[in-house]
Amino acid sequence: MIKLFSLKQQKKDEIPGRAGNQKKASAAQLRITKDINELNLPKTCQMEFPDQDDLLNFKLIISPDEGFYRGGKFSFSFKVGPGYPHEPPKVKCETQVYHPNIDLEGNVCLNILREDWKPVLTINSIIYGLQYLFLEPNPEDPLNKEAAEVLQTNRRLFETNVQKSMRGGYIGSVYFERCLK
Amino acid sequence: MSTTNWNGRWFHLRKVLERGGPLAHPDFQASNETLDFLLENCKVLVVGAGGLGCELLKNLALMGFRQIHVIDMDTIDVSNLNRQFLFRHSDVGKPKAKVAANFINERIPLANVTPYYAKIQDYDQDFYAGFHVVVCGLDSIIARRWINGMLISLLTYEDGELDPSSVIPLVDGGTEGFKGNVRVILPGMNACIECTLDLFPPQINFPLCTIAHTPRLPEHCIEYARLLQWPKENPFGEEIPIDGDDPNHISWIYEKALQRANEYGILGVTYRLAQGVVKHIIPAVASTNAVVAAACALEVFKLASSCAPKLDNYMVFNDTDGIYTYTYAAERNESCVACSQIPKDLVFDENVRLSEVMEHLSTTYQMKSPGVTTTDQQGRNRTLYLPNVSSIEERTRPNLKKTLKELGLKDGAQLIVADVTSPNSIEFHLKLHASMDT
Repeated sequence: MIKLFSLKQQKKDEIPGRAGNQKKASAAQLRITKDINELNLPKTCQMEFPDQDDLLNFKLIISPDEGFYRGGKFSFSFKVGPGYPHEPPKVKCETQVYHPNIDLEGNVCLNILREDWKPVLTINSIIYGLQYLFLEPNPEDPLNKEAAEVLQTNRRLFETNVQKSMRGGYIGSVYFERCLK
Repeated sequence: MSTTNWNGRWFHLRKVLERGGPLAHPDFQASNETLDFLLENCKVLVVGAGGLGCELLKNLALMGFRQIHVIDMDTIDVSNLNRQFLFRHSDVGKPKAKVAANFINERIPLANVTPYYAKIQDYDQDFYAGFHVVVCGLDSIIARRWINGMLISLLTYEDGELDPSSVIPLVDGGTEGFKGNVRVILPGMNACIECTLDLFPPQINFPLCTIAHTPRLPEHCIEYARLLQWPKENPFGEEIPIDGDDPNHISWIYEKALQRANEYGILGVTYRLAQGVVKHIIPAVASTNAVVAAACALEVFKLASSCAPKLDNYMVFNDTDGIYTYTYAAERNESCVACSQIPKDLVFDENVRLSEVMEHLSTTYQMKSPGVTTTDQQGRNRTLYLPNVSSIEERTRPNLKKTLKELGLKDGAQLIVADVTSPNSIEFHLKLHASMDT
């Protein structure tokens, strides 16, 4: 057993000078630096950092090149907290979108953002998850119930509605801003 | 002295410390100096003055520790009084650390508890380096990770070998209802908080779609009010976040949740539950706290005196149904972000350009496309060069041509380097020297 301190050791009041008491990066910061440096973005995705020194707050722009949402452009905000990666980042959709799994306030229903998050997942996993939502909207776990019902009962109408919403227009009583590229 | 160090006060401690025995540690040397060290010199930091903290302060002070310091950022709430026994009704609203320290100092002769009514993050390395042992009674994973990172940052290495005198042991206790755990962490020597981050139970998060469309539990209704209705209606003004301690906020959530529960025929939404869900309250059980704190205090005593083998290194305790404990040696994570790496030195002339540092990383460390950041005096991140994200690359490219001096990097600065060739970001210490030529 290593004796951690000798009994003669006095109160540790005098500590040999530490270099200017350099503050250290938090574990969350170390991890996000790694995540960001190793992003492997699909060609439909783009990242925007308003402040290059702030790696904890950024935007993701998804421009799907196939599926219902082809030609659209959708922006998501990411907020990574000090609990990362024990806790997932907070992700919101900033573009109003007619989508079964995204509501009109921008809340996103993606399992790995909430109940199935694990520390082993990365920012890249979330990006792929979000991209998948645009390729395969899932009507079984709806957040926008109306859109989900249309997708389940009438795929053609759903497709038309998506097109209409992306060009800018009303679906029912809700107005969608234009979000075509 | 005779009224405070009465005859026989340390009788039982002397039995343990001034003679050997079959249960003593094989390397233990009985001596009367150990007691003096405990009484006069050993500085213990208690982090948290809540359920575990009150027990810990009482245990440590009665055991003979005197140089006890306690830090807590909270004030006393009426709901604490059933188990946080150093507080009285008249103390509600006062800082926990101060009230707890006063109580111990008045009650236990010669006790000398120093309180800090502050956040752990308000203090720096100089403060934490002054303790022999740190013992935590916290309810937050973020705070545990912070203390863990702080103690690891105090480690010093000589030729890649850990200097044992820089190790400050961390005894961490935690409870959740009838379950608890105690662990002894020797930073840099055994499993740390970050090594075993996966062991913490994940926060219970309900799927958003369930909350929105198929609620079945009272909790789903409360989460609906908290997550979806609050940000939409902003009942107390734009961008005002929910304050779990504000009764008006909780009442609003409670009423909205109750309405929704009635729509779906769900029973069980109460004001208390609403507060519990919003504040992530887990019921605290006094007896569990007492057991876990006692085990922590015993470990502090063993670490300080070396009189018996310490807990190796993770004990789980459960008294839900009978009593169960199990102790095992949690293993270090070979690629732990916090403790797996020995910070490496990077020695450069201050007139060297960042591009040359990047080249050094590629040749000496065989990195592929390293991203480099640093941490400023306030602990904020600063990106020096990140090749992988085009928007950041463009803005940081001019840095490559600047010298380290022009970039404002000082001797001792921390550089964080991320690269695909390593499972974690790697830390370097920059050693700068002034240029010899003019």
